[in-house]
This record gives sequence, C-alpha cells and structure tokens, in this order.
Amino acid sequence: MRTNNVILRTVSRIVIIIILTLAVYLFLAGHHAPGGGFIGGLVLASAFVLLFIAVDMETVRKAVPIDFKLVAALGAFISVATGFGGVMFGEPFLNQVFGYVELPFFGETELTTVTIFEAGVALAVVGVVVTIILSIAEDV
Amino acid sequence: MNGESIHDNRTAHLLLQFIENNSFIYIEMEDLILLTINLVIIIPLLAAALVPFLHKKNSKIHIGWFVFLIPLTLFILLLRYIPRIANGETLAYTVEWIPTYHINFTAYLDGLSLIFALLITGIGALVTIYSIYYLSSKENLIHFYTYLLLFMGAMLGVVFSDNMMVLYVFWELTSISSFLLIAFWYHRKQSRDGAQKSLLITVTGGIAMLVGFIMLYYMSGTMSVRGVISAVLSFQENPLFIPAMCLILLGAFTKSAQFPFHIWLPTAMEAPTPVSAYLHSATMVKAGIYLVARFTPVFGGEDTWFWLVTSVGLITLFWGSFTAVRQTDLKALLAYSTVSQLGMIMSMFGISSLALNSGFRAESVLFSQAAFAALFHLVNHSTFKGALFMVVGIVDHELGTRDIRRLGGLATLMPITFTIAIVGAFSMAGLPPFNGFLSKEMFFTAVLNAGNAGLSSAIPVVAWVASIFTFVYSMIFVFKTFLGTYKAEKLEHPAHEAPYGMLFSPIVLGSLVVLIFIFPNGLGENLLSPALAGIFPSLAAGENLGVHIALWHGFNTELMMTIGVVLGGILLYMTIRYWKNIYRLFPEHWSFNTLYGNILEQLEVVSRKITDFYMTGYLRDYMVYIYLFFILAVGGMVVFTQSYELEIAENAPISEFEWVVAIVMIIAALSILFAKSRLSAILLNSVLGYGVAIFFVLFRAPDLALTQTVVETVTTVLFLVAYYFLPEWKKEDTRSWSDKVNLAVSIGVGVIFTIIALAVQNGKLFSSISSYFENSYELAGGKNIVNTILGDFRAFDTMLEVVVLLIAGIGVYTLIKVKARKGDTTLEDE
Repeated sequence: MRTNNVILRTVSRIVIIIILTLAVYLFLAGHHAPGGGFIGGLVLASAFVLLFIAVDMETVRKAVPIDFKLVAALGAFISVATGFGGVMFGEPFLNQVFGYVELPFFGETELTTVTIFEAGVALAVVGVVVTIILSIAEDV
Repeated sequence: MNGESIHDNRTAHLLLQFIENNSFIYIEMEDLILLTINLVIIIPLLAAALVPFLHKKNSKIHIGWFVFLIPLTLFILLLRYIPRIANGETLAYTVEWIPTYHINFTAYLDGLSLIFALLITGIGALVTIYSIYYLSSKENLIHFYTYLLLFMGAMLGVVFSDNMMVLYVFWELTSISSFLLIAFWYHRKQSRDGAQKSLLITVTGGIAMLVGFIMLYYMSGTMSVRGVISAVLSFQENPLFIPAMCLILLGAFTKSAQFPFHIWLPTAMEAPTPVSAYLHSATMVKAGIYLVARFTPVFGGEDTWFWLVTSVGLITLFWGSFTAVRQTDLKALLAYSTVSQLGMIMSMFGISSLALNSGFRAESVLFSQAAFAALFHLVNHSTFKGALFMVVGIVDHELGTRDIRRLGGLATLMPITFTIAIVGAFSMAGLPPFNGFLSKEMFFTAVLNAGNAGLSSAIPVVAWVASIFTFVYSMIFVFKTFLGTYKAEKLEHPAHEAPYGMLFSPIVLGSLVVLIFIFPNGLGENLLSPALAGIFPSLAAGENLGVHIALWHGFNTELMMTIGVVLGGILLYMTIRYWKNIYRLFPEHWSFNTLYGNILEQLEVVSRKITDFYMTGYLRDYMVYIYLFFILAVGGMVVFTQSYELEIAENAPISEFEWVVAIVMIIAALSILFAKSRLSAILLNSVLGYGVAIFFVLFRAPDLALTQTVVETVTTVLFLVAYYFLPEWKKEDTRSWSDKVNLAVSIGVGVIFTIIALAVQNGKLFSSISSYFENSYELAGGKNIVNTILGDFRAFDTMLEVVVLLIAGIGVYTLIKVKARKGDTTLEDE
C-alpha cells in the first residue's frame, strides 16, 4: 500500500514528542492531578499507534526493537509483585506507603509506592494495546 | 582506674541499650525456627520456579545434581526433629493468610506427618539421583525437575497442613503435578490417556473431599484438623457427619487407588520409571492413607468407617494381587502390586479404628496396634517397592523391554540388579530376613484379632488368600525375569549391568529393607509410636501405645499362616499354566476400564450436544445471551431490593450544553441503525464515545474524560485495523423473530441502565463510601480521588484488571499468531 502521507508524517514527528511528554507528565502527575498509570499507559500506546500509522510497520520495528508482549508481562509482574512489598513488612497485601521528601528545585515532593504499582499498570497497558494492534495489523 | 571503669560502664550501658533496641531480632529468630516447617513446604516450590533458569549456564552438569540438593537438605533438616518427636513433642506454626475465613497457613509437625515427610524427602533424594542416570540430557529435563519439585512441595504441603483448605489446595496440586509427570512423554497417546485418567479420577475424589471438608467446617466451626479432632464430640450426632465421612473417604480412596478407582494407577505407569517409583508407589498414592490416618480420630468411632475402610482395603488387597499375577508387563505387575499393598495398609487402618469404637472398649489398645502395623508396612513398602521399581527401570533402560515374555536368564548378566530384585520381591512376599516379613506378620495379627472379635471370619481368610497371590507374583517378578533362558534375540540391547550411579539408589533402599528387619525398633520407637499417639490421642493419654517389634514370636498362628502362604504360593506358581484360564472368566467389556471409557465417551457426546445447542458461532447470539443475563441479573436485583424509587427532585438542572450533546448523541445512535456502510457505522459509534467524553468534561471529571478520549481513539484505530478482515456489510440473520428479540433486548438494557443511573441517587442499596475518598489525602497521600481509588483503596481490583488485560492480550496474540502452518503435522500418536 503506497499512499501519500507527507502531511501526516511531518505532523506526527512533532506531535509524537508532545504525546510522549504528555504521557510521562500524566503518569507522574497522577496522584494529585488528573492522570495516572492507566491513562499514561494509554497515551503512550496511542503514540506508538500513531507511529505505526504514519511510518510503515517495518521501519518502526527496526527503530523500536521492543517485544511488547514482554513489556505487558513485565508490567503485570510489577503490579503483582509490589503487592508483596507490604507483606514483607507485615502489612496487608498491596498496602501502599507514602512520605514527603524535600527535593532541591521541586520543593516538598511526595514519594509513594503507588508509583511503582502504577508503573506496572502503565507498562501492562502499553504492552497489551500495542501487542493487540500489531498482531492484527501484521496478519495481512 | 577511675576513668576506665566509667568507660566500662558506658560500654555496658551501650550494649544493654543495643540489646534492648534489637530484642526483636531474637523474637524473629524464634519465629524463624518455628517457621521452618512452613519453609520446608515452600522451598521445593520456590526451587521449582528457579529450575528453568539453571539450564544454559551449566549445560555440562546434569541439572538433577542441583535438584538433588533440595530433598537432601530437607531430609537432613527433618531428621533433626526426630528426637523431639520421639519425646512426644509436636510443633505447629501459623502464618495468617485469610483469617476472616479461618484459612491460615498452619504447618503441623507430629509423628505421622514426620514419617511421610521423611519418605517424601528421602525417597525424593534417591529418586533424583536415579533419574540423573535414567533420563539423558536430551530429554526435557527442565520440565521434569520443575514438575518433580512442584510435586515434592505439594506433597509436603499435604502432610504438614493443618488447615483443611490449604490441605485441599496442596492435595490437588499433587494431582496436577502427577498429571504433568505422567504425560512427560506427551507425544505418546498412552501417556496422555494415562495422565487424563489419573487426573479425572483423583480430582473427582478431591472435589468430593473438599465438600466433605466444608461440611466438617460447617459442623465444627473450624478449618483446623486439630480443631476438628478436639471438637468431634460436639457434632458426632449431626446428620451431615456420615456424608462428610463418605466424601472424605472418596477423596482418600481415589487418591490411594482403592477398588474400584484403582484403574488409574496401572495406566499411570506410562510415566518415566523414576516417577512411578516416587509418586505412584512411595508417596503420592499414600496421601489417601495419610488422610485416613489423620481423620481416624474424627470418624474412627463409627461402625460405617470401620466397614468401609476395612472392606474396601481388603477387596483392593485381593483384587490387586489377583490381577497382578496375570500381568506380562513388569511395571503393570508392580502397579497392581502397589494397588494391592495400598489396600492392605488401608484395611489395617480400618481395623485399627475399632480402638475408638465404643463396642470394643476392652480391646482398644490391641486394635490400635493395627495402625502401628499399617505405618510400619507403609515405610517398608516404600523401601522395597521403590527398589523394585528402580530394578524394572534398570531392566527397561538397559535392555529396551520390560515384557516378561521377552526376558529371562538375567541373573548372571546383571548380578547386582538380581540381588536387589530378590531382596525387594522376597520382602514383598513377606519372607524373612526382610522387613516385609515383620509387617506381614503384624498384618496377620491384626486380621486375626478382627476375626476373633466376632466381626467376620472372612477378614483373615481374604487376607490370607490375597497374600498367597502376593507371593505368586513376587516369584514371577524374580524368576521369570532373572532365571530361565536368556533370549538375546528378543532384546533391543544385549544385557549388561547398569552403571553404578543407577544402582546406587536401589542398593540404598535394598539395604534399608534388610536393616529395618534387623533393627525394627529404632524405627518403631522413634517414629511409629509417636505417630500412633497422634492417631489415637484419647488412648495415648492413658496407655502406653508403644509396640515392641519382635523377630520371633514362637510357633503361633501368624507364622503358620506365613508357612501356608509359602506352600500355597509355590504350589500355585508351579501349576500356573493350569489355572491361568480363570482370568478369561472376566471379559474385557465388563471391566472398570471399559466403564470408564464409556463414561468418558458419553460425557463428550453429551457436552458436545449442549455446546452445539447454544454456541451458534454468531457473535450477535452471544451478545444476546450476555445482555439477557444482564437484564435478568441486574433487573432482578433492582426488583428484588425494591430500589427503583426514583428521586429526581434533587438532581441538578440540565444545561443547554448538555441538551445539545445529548441530542447529537441520540441522532448518532439512531443513524447507526440506518448506516449504509461499516465505515460510517464505526465513525458514528465514535461520535457516541466522544459525546460521553464531553459529558465527563461538563461534569468536571477530567480523569474520566481523558481516559474516555484516549480509549475511544485507540479503539477506533483498532476497528480500522481490523476493518480489512471483516466480511461484507450485510444483514445475515434472516430469521423473522430476530429483529424483535434484538429490539426487546436493547430496550431492556437501556431501561435498566437508566433505572440504575437514577436509583443510585437514593443510596438505598449500600451505605455511601464517599467519606473514604474525601479523606484521600490523609489516607493515601493523593489529592486525585480517582487515582487513589485505583492505586490505593481498590488496588486489588486494579491489579486483577491488569492481569486480566494481560491475559486478554495473550489471548488475542495466540489466536492470531499461533496457528498451525500448512503442512505442519499435529503432535499426535507417534
């Protein structure tokens, strides 16, 4: 399939950077502002989807040689594994801890174990969405 | 001087402070020692998870050597508990798991569980060494040792768990690992069939047992086996008592291959021989016996228990030994022999339960000794049968066959193997100077006691006749294989002695057979007597249950019975060709195997009919099922709880924006019905999705709006990607009523959703949990309520959703990517 998508390609070069930045922002901002692991992961996945649409599949595969099945599995593993963190300290399964740390430049910042959990969620979402779309699209 | 003393004081003070601050370390150490038994269960399971990582780096060393360390370590660890157990101590440690439902990970160590655990780890270690020489490194060793360790952990879990639910889980895990090990050579149809048969039968029994456990829990209010035992007097009259007993016995009988469930054990011989030696003779099949022993204090006083356990045991004993004689495959012979021996142990436990029966109060100590004999024979059986299985494995491995008709005259060519075979088989036949003689004599004592107590004179007679057949097949095993003429032309490889590594384990077991005969009381006093006290706690309090095993009792009835067995056995062995036709009396189509086959076939036919009835292959039909179920379940709930009072007075007024969005969405929804092409339908559908997103924005729910937008985008792309594969867009269902049904279902779903949306306002069904979320900053440190719900308050839901998502992803991937390529042969019957 050979189509003229110069505009899409040019636009997506810039847009993808914005989307990726947004994904990271959403992921980190999650606990206090709108966002979080699930949305962050979805946005990240949509960036990949845009890439796949704008540039052909083979090129992207070469540029981003990641096995997304593994990403999904890793994400699910992290989410489940963080659950045992609480158990190690005699707390219930999936108990989350948070604290506040004074960081230079950022000021008082909250650090919480939810971030690890959410990272797992995000990875799982990215992995699964991209795996599904890729496997359907490559089945032509 | 002065300065120094001050200095000393300060040091001492600091030291004291240090100890005070760190006192928790000592408590934890104490906990850790108690925790050991729980760890004994966990370690093999953890190791099973690690085995796959062993392989690449150490390809030169057989993985088995690493695996071997685990049972060996555990065996030595457990040996160190013997003095404490012999003193009458018991150990228990609980790790709370789901305390709300009384489900806790409690490991309990007493004499009974220690005997089993030592067998599991001891024989496990020997079998691992044996398997190193038995399985070449070309086989899939990772699978083999993973399953083997999985089994070891599960089996230790069965014998150590005090909690019935945990016990049940481990129980089923042994069935599953046995299934995997039987099907180790899964390219062979017989292996798969054997694995399936064993799984179906043992798991059916396991589920019956679970129901029995739940009944016990219902009656006693505790999940702990010890708790049930101590509370048994309070619920003995309960009408569920006998049903619970029968269900638990069903679990025990299926697992221990008791008649008529024994049929799975001979077919399980498709497993590699180390597995047969380990699971299907020494350990797993004895789980049922363990269960009977463990629950004797609960049910032992009942007449039903005595009759069920004893008669099933005796029938199994007879049928197993009778059938073993006709086998031509050495492993099948040993399998039926195992069935028979398990029946013998079972019947002894049945007789021992009379000790708790109120009708036999005077002879209670006498009868309790049957349990001692049972435990003694259980250990002996593991030693001699393990050795015999390994002998068959050696013959099979070195000669390429284990068919008696092709074997013969191996005695001079394989002298060590021959010696072990004689030791094992003579012990099995109950001859001195081997340990089987001692336990066989005690078995005769037990059946004679039962016969003398006026129960049934058939008991000793059946036992005696079965013992004659036991003698006959033991002789067949030794003499047909090792004596007679050597038939080189019928063998795949010329006969020669096995490598020493392969001989090591059977030699150890064979030596134990003799050593236990010479020093039986070391085993008896340190392990068997404490176990006996565990089975009969009520008796042990008043009496000394210890049994002294003597080699020579004088010329008593038992010895006469043994001499009779030998004479009768020799006679039958000599004349076997004249009475062999007796087996033709049992036609093939009457056997339990045929019955099993028929049931399996019928099950498949019926379930196919049911499935074909509703699985039409049309997605729209499945949608109708889902929505119908939704209407019935949710609508029924709304009606049942009468929560359809709709309070709309307090609802916020609807603004112009909302009207506009709503009208746009309604128009889009209606036009989907009249869409001419699929593409326009997809686009109209996304209008609905983005409309919902706009509503979220209007209602100030940025998180939801964001998610909805991105999900909508991604699904639209997905739709477009799949577009290529979809069939032509046309109406396929031409049945006249389908439109009406679809209309009714759609309206039903719409109405129910509307009702739910309006009914949540009155908050009648559940008390509000919003206060929880309002305090999200204090409780979870997050200002975003939605996020704290996902990550903190309901993290468990999120975690499971992630797992479900992963499963869905793998499902899509495998459906599309993993399909048989053209020209690929399927993995069927090689």
